Amino acid sequence: MIDKRIASVAEAIADIQNGATIMVGGFGEAGSPIELLHALIDHGAKDLTVINNNTGSGHVGLAALIKNRQVSKMICSFPRTANSTVFPELYRAGDIELELVPQGTLAERIRAGGAGIPAFYTATSVNTPLADGKEHRSFNGKQFVMETALTADFALIKALQADRYGNLIYNKTARNFGPIMAMAATTTVVQTAEYVEAGSINPEHVVTPGIFVNRIVTVPNPVYESDLVAANRSYP
Amino acid sequence: MNSSVTNNIGWTRQQMAQRVAQDIEDGSYVNLGIGIPEQVAQYIPAGREVIYHTENGLLGMGDTPSEAERDPELINAGKKPVTAIAGAAYFHHADSFAMIRAGHIDICVLGAMQVSEQGDLANWSTGAKDAIPAVGGAMDLVAGVKQIFVISQHTTKTGVSKIVQSCSYPLTGKAVVSRIYTDLAVMKVTQAGLKVVELAPGVDWDYLQARTDCKLV
Repeated sequence: MIDKRIASVAEAIADIQNGATIMVGGFGEAGSPIELLHALIDHGAKDLTVINNNTGSGHVGLAALIKNRQVSKMICSFPRTANSTVFPELYRAGDIELELVPQGTLAERIRAGGAGIPAFYTATSVNTPLADGKEHRSFNGKQFVMETALTADFALIKALQADRYGNLIYNKTARNFGPIMAMAATTTVVQTAEYVEAGSINPEHVVTPGIFVNRIVTVPNPVYESDLVAANRSYP
Repeated sequence: MNSSVTNNIGWTRQQMAQRVAQDIEDGSYVNLGIGIPEQVAQYIPAGREVIYHTENGLLGMGDTPSEAERDPELINAGKKPVTAIAGAAYFHHADSFAMIRAGHIDICVLGAMQVSEQGDLANWSTGAKDAIPAVGGAMDLVAGVKQIFVISQHTTKTGVSKIVQSCSYPLTGKAVVSRIYTDLAVMKVTQAGLKVVELAPGVDWDYLQARTDCKLV
């Protein structure tokens, strides 16, 4: 019988090794799997490469993971955000590496990684410094730049509902990178607000089919980054 | 407030947003950048239906919610709380940027640091060595959306023209802008150069040309 449930966030991320590449869902706080990130801080794996659109805010969640010096490289499109000081300080000090990727190219690199496509061409970033050193090719008289797929050892994502197979639905704009990261990682760990019986999600409404999900942990009332930042909280 | 406004010359930011809104046709799918571009939505003339796309994954973005309605998981690309209209759709990031990259979005309104007479846009980095580089979706938007409208003050706070012969800042995209709306004029990028479509109140040709770092046509 297939049942992808795991009892706790700690167990769900326990085998993340030093040096792992981790995709973290979320755009700003929407979809950020705060409880899984805090479990990763408790776990302590270091020298991580993290793929996320941003770098977190305040001193909780992703920003706290970076502040705890567990991340050696960020792959993202927009590392500056309101209330984000942790990444900028480490970056200026030369203590963290940054691979800056246009947001749509970041999404498509992840999608390609999850779809078994090693590389693709896009017009995005042609004639800009972000295309420097990359292979260019002309199609129908227009210039494109080659971008390579991104995959990861783990994806940590947040869902609204999950069943035992790992079928998922998301909450509004918290969906963002979740579905594509789930496809691109070797091990996809999902924190879900609700666990539901198989069959209660209409198959027509399943957003992420369970085949892309490995572990489900129920976090009934997830915290929000903005509430923690407003309360001036930090983790640990 | 800039000097041209205090002298009653040119358009205010609200009037600039209003002027852009006049050029958005009924039935358009539109992406509005962060800042002044966001104000454009308030001025769409009555009788036109415009659908707003926000690249974090929502088509059919509505107004700002009341405090009671606020949902930390319903936000726009500027990470501010928004609402969804009846008939809205959520989707993941790769689909959202497919809408952008493949030209499904009709118009994108963006701010600018510099725009060249060929329609080159620089709006993501000054290239300063100590700056934290951040690009977001700007390069995808200019590469894929059918028409790029720039809304910007004509000059910097120190009076330097943002409308230039050639951008000195790193580009967001080359030959991507179709129209420029500043506090002084509306301009169209053409093969022959930047064509002035409309002058703001109190602005004449010589006044505009003197504040523009390229030859206007």
